[in-house]
Amino acid sequence: MEDQEKKPDRRDFLRSGLRGACLLGLGGTLGFLATRSRKADLVWQIDPEKCIQCGKCATNCVLKPSAVKCVHAYAMCGYCELCTGYFEPEPNALNTAAENQLCPVDAIKRTFVEDPYYEYDIDESLCIGCGKCVKGCRSFGNGSLHLQVRHDRCLNCNDCSIAAACPSQAYVRVPSSHPYLYPKGYTPGPQQDEPKP
Amino acid sequence: MKHGIPILATLLLLSALSGAAFGLQRFPPPQFESGHKLPETLYPPPHADLFEYLDVAALAAALGVASWLAMKKRSRTALFALMLASLAYFGFWRGGCTCPIGAIQNVTLALFDASYTIPLIALAFFLLPLVFTLFFGRTFCAAVCPLGAIQDAVLVRPVRVPPWLERGLRLLAYAYLGAAVLFAATGSAFIICQYDPFVGFFRLSGSLWMLLFGGAMLLIGLFIGRPYCRFLCPYGVILGWLSSASRWRVTITPERCVHCRLCEEACPFGAIRTPAEPPTARDRAQAKRRLAHFLGLIPVLVVAGLLVGGVLATPFSKMHARVSLAERVKAEETGKVKGTTDATDAFYETGQPPSELYAEALALRGKFLTGGRLLGGFLGLVVGLGLVQLSLRRSRPDYEADRSGCLACGRCFDYCPVELDRRKKARERKE
Repeated sequence: MEDQEKKPDRRDFLRSGLRGACLLGLGGTLGFLATRSRKADLVWQIDPEKCIQCGKCATNCVLKPSAVKCVHAYAMCGYCELCTGYFEPEPNALNTAAENQLCPVDAIKRTFVEDPYYEYDIDESLCIGCGKCVKGCRSFGNGSLHLQVRHDRCLNCNDCSIAAACPSQAYVRVPSSHPYLYPKGYTPGPQQDEPKP
Repeated sequence: MKHGIPILATLLLLSALSGAAFGLQRFPPPQFESGHKLPETLYPPPHADLFEYLDVAALAAALGVASWLAMKKRSRTALFALMLASLAYFGFWRGGCTCPIGAIQNVTLALFDASYTIPLIALAFFLLPLVFTLFFGRTFCAAVCPLGAIQDAVLVRPVRVPPWLERGLRLLAYAYLGAAVLFAATGSAFIICQYDPFVGFFRLSGSLWMLLFGGAMLLIGLFIGRPYCRFLCPYGVILGWLSSASRWRVTITPERCVHCRLCEEACPFGAIRTPAEPPTARDRAQAKRRLAHFLGLIPVLVVAGLLVGGVLATPFSKMHARVSLAERVKAEETGKVKGTTDATDAFYETGQPPSELYAEALALRGKFLTGGRLLGGFLGLVVGLGLVQLSLRRSRPDYEADRSGCLACGRCFDYCPVELDRRKKARERKE
């Protein structure tokens, strides 16, 4: 290459010019986008207020089972004996009979606390994110159950395949420093542990 | 009110008091007499960003090593080993995401939508291979890209693709790039990610159709070298442009070409150009006439592209969720279709007036019209310039790697007797 000692011809000159222009262009893109960029990554999350519990989270995630799980905001829960997230919210069938349980994979654990209160816990290793319980809870209860992308499982695909299928456009990109979205009026934290008198 | 409420209320003996701090507070949280403590809701944090900076460092290192191996070391074996390492790390370990190919869309979206903030990592993934290509050619394709690597690894019996077919199929990649930019710029979809044929293998999951598509690609890839890279990859198009202006590039022979023709069949990607005599005066006159014709054809092709793009804009716009939603709502309102879908139900629940949605969809459709025309015009220009390039006769004294088509894989090195001689001498010097 160098040993040929040939003088740069027109083609080489044009090529250098083009290369310079490309570098300038790339630098310009970098400079411009740097003003529109963020240090931290963006992650996917479900806005519980937009979610309609259509069931696509269970079927469209690249992970099987889905990275979406039902999350329980205990501080919002009414601890109902006849929880419509746990039992079929059908008025004629609404009783504690086992055949009325809603969850298809038995991922909700129901434990007696004190009369007439029951606590409901989600077993995330079983939950498939179908949202059946969330629908029942939001329709007739307090809406303490909500679907969330669980970031210990989520692969954070550049284009979330559930987001592409979501009919209510409930999927949003959120900064990884605040990776969860809560139901309206709920903020997690120790102050919620004791209800106000 | 829903019919389940009265039954619940009577059964549960709930007090209607207490401050309703929450959105749907139908049943106030109880005050436990037994002093029961509420369990804590766990929110596991996302993977630390540190890992992604590690990815950027790994990408830069891999690019540097690949360029060194291709330009200085001239070793196919070492390039192959690095390629497998990249396949293992960027592909199977990191799940093939984020990749520079998909980052095209992040960059496009950030350029067109001021509200989208692009992660620095995506920006770095997009720019780093481009800068390296400007200096060393497509060494990214050779040994860093996991999608290229998985295809390169299965290539066992390369079959030559006739040049006319090669050029024709190459247009698909331009169309794919244009469509990806259009859909990303309008915020409709990231089609490169949605139709990535190999990411399913990297994650060991995915929809059946995409896995079948990926499997078919690999089957074809047994005989036709890197079909995705050559005929579909949108990033490859950009890399091809930049690599034709690269400062240095991989050469078949380390010194002087001896015209032995041994490398003629070496390239499985059809990127070796054979020597060409300087054209005679008659040839030149003929070529000039042809060039004039094709130059005249360019505006025609561009205008045809503009028209076709304008027509296709309407079906394209349905890729955007808001436009398809608006169409469905309109059809439901005018009684053209019966029943609702999940999407329209969700829309009605928001209480937004349909007129607002229609206005939004119209604005989007306007964007698609502009974008579709630009896309069509761009493709017309690509076809026209391709024809012009065909009619350009230039003398080529030696066997050369095509500047934009060469993937710097280094397969041709082993075919060159001058290279073998150089290696022998280098070995002797060592001893």
